[in-house]
Amino acid sequence: MSNNQIKNYNLNFGPQHPAAHGVLRLVLEMDGEVIDRADPHIGLLHRGTEKLLENKIYVQGTPYFDRLDYVAPQNQEHAFCLAIEKLTGMEVPKRAQYIRVLYAEIGRIQNHLMNICSYAMDVGAMTPFLWGFEEREILYEFCERACGARMHMNYFRPGGVAQDIPAGLTDDVRAWADRFPQVVKDIETLLTENRIFRQRTVDIGEISLEDAQDWAFSGPNLRGCGVPWDLRKSQPYDSYEEFDFDIPVGKGKNDCFARYYLRILEMYETCKIIKQACDKLDACVGEPSKCTDNKFTPPKRAEMKTSMEALIHHFKLFTEGFKVPAGETYCAVEAPKGEFAVYLVSDGTNKPYRCHIRAPGFAHLQAMDFLSKGHMLADITANIGSLDIVFGEIDR
Amino acid sequence: MSEALKELAEIISAKLAQEITSTEIQNGELILNARRDAVCKVLTFLRDDANCQFKLLMDVCGADYPARDERFDVVYNLLSIRYNLRVRVKVTTDEDTAVPSVTSIFSAAGWFERETWDLFGIYFDGHPDLRRIMTDYGFEGHPLRKDFPLTGYVELRYDDEQKRVVYEPVKLTQDFRSFDFLSPWEGMQGQLPGDEKAEGNA
Repeated sequence: MSNNQIKNYNLNFGPQHPAAHGVLRLVLEMDGEVIDRADPHIGLLHRGTEKLLENKIYVQGTPYFDRLDYVAPQNQEHAFCLAIEKLTGMEVPKRAQYIRVLYAEIGRIQNHLMNICSYAMDVGAMTPFLWGFEEREILYEFCERACGARMHMNYFRPGGVAQDIPAGLTDDVRAWADRFPQVVKDIETLLTENRIFRQRTVDIGEISLEDAQDWAFSGPNLRGCGVPWDLRKSQPYDSYEEFDFDIPVGKGKNDCFARYYLRILEMYETCKIIKQACDKLDACVGEPSKCTDNKFTPPKRAEMKTSMEALIHHFKLFTEGFKVPAGETYCAVEAPKGEFAVYLVSDGTNKPYRCHIRAPGFAHLQAMDFLSKGHMLADITANIGSLDIVFGEIDR
Repeated sequence: MSEALKELAEIISAKLAQEITSTEIQNGELILNARRDAVCKVLTFLRDDANCQFKLLMDVCGADYPARDERFDVVYNLLSIRYNLRVRVKVTTDEDTAVPSVTSIFSAAGWFERETWDLFGIYFDGHPDLRRIMTDYGFEGHPLRKDFPLTGYVELRYDDEQKRVVYEPVKLTQDFRSFDFLSPWEGMQGQLPGDEKAEGNA
């Protein structure tokens, strides 16, 4: 009996498992209850975004970016627009930059709420999910008021934003941002000191700074190691340098709990940015909200009724689109999940020659095997949750 | 920023004169064109040198230029947190020539190279696990190559009789349309034809 070989057991986790955060198929090689090897199979949501982008003119590309990380769509559009602006040399008016900052930060809160709440649900806490989604609903309404779409905004455009925000929106956003930290505190009372939550997350999925760099971690997952690396501070884009905020970093080891707590702290900081953005927007009412060069952005509707040139610009922009000078750029933004970047190659025509999308989740999920080895099966969900994974951007 | 990049470019091209064929700074970004067989050495140097410290390999991707002799570019984007700098290393290859895998230098390269193999068919030598990653199990072809049609070759549906998913050649109910909106003329540019004569006479 004692010579019996115990065979490793292969377990399929997903693709239809609610804790897999989408369509992750994780093939686990189990030694009893302990994980020997985790092999994520991705690509079940692959839509060929990069191929499609090569066949669309530039403005037709932005909606595809909404559908990458559909939890915080604005931040993806942001990277694409910045890349185009860098190649064309468009000047983005200040007001447009502030609006973009405002919505990028709203996206950050949407993302962190979704992540923390569903993560908590994966490890057994139901209530935060309900509380968090109430707030997300309000944020969706802010998105709807700016552009008409709740989720896939298609609001950031090369050269600015699609249209100016309506009057009174900043007051409502400010009132919400005043109240919101209390909601985060409430969610915290359910999780931060919660014994079960701590037992499920502390010391799970620990990663050292060296390993995190080796696996190309970014965003909160890297900051958990104590590095204050945030592109909004270190390589500021869209006047982030004018905003006053702190970067929370991990104080001890970078485990699942540290990554959760970092996101909580980030939400408090984001509220500060949102309020400052509202103040700045109130100070520049009436200024243009997109690039004034009509070779790149469409003219006003009213102008088209009387101006022949405006009509021609409009026609040209919506058939041929604008041309981007030949060249290449790698443009990164601090998306809620980490460094989201676009590597854009233009050959001087109206369509991208090559547009590679660098998704933070792709690099994070890759480290799944490294993080899970030697852990128990139940820790898989904690690991997935703490890495903040959304399949839209991983599969592209 | 660009001063620091220029300095860095000089340091790197001095130390790696054999491996780097050319350097350029485009849009404030440093690009190093490297020899294909030396890519491991270049990346190791960039990671470990005290002046570089590019500890993060943020991205590896391919790009297809069918008109060239070696049609593919493999592009490595590196980030140095220490100096707050980015650098891009590019090597070229073709369908048959393998690029040395850099998985032993950066673990993160594993999936990036798998993706590049899957979508472009660029082979990486020494990769521990070079399987397809994005496309379906048993997929044929490399979709991001320029000669791969946007609609693909096969489509799949669930067959009720066989009780499984079946693959069939793509049938489009409407012909694939691709409009060429690029205007053949670009308005007046520079001198009007004939004007040069007037200037000559004057």
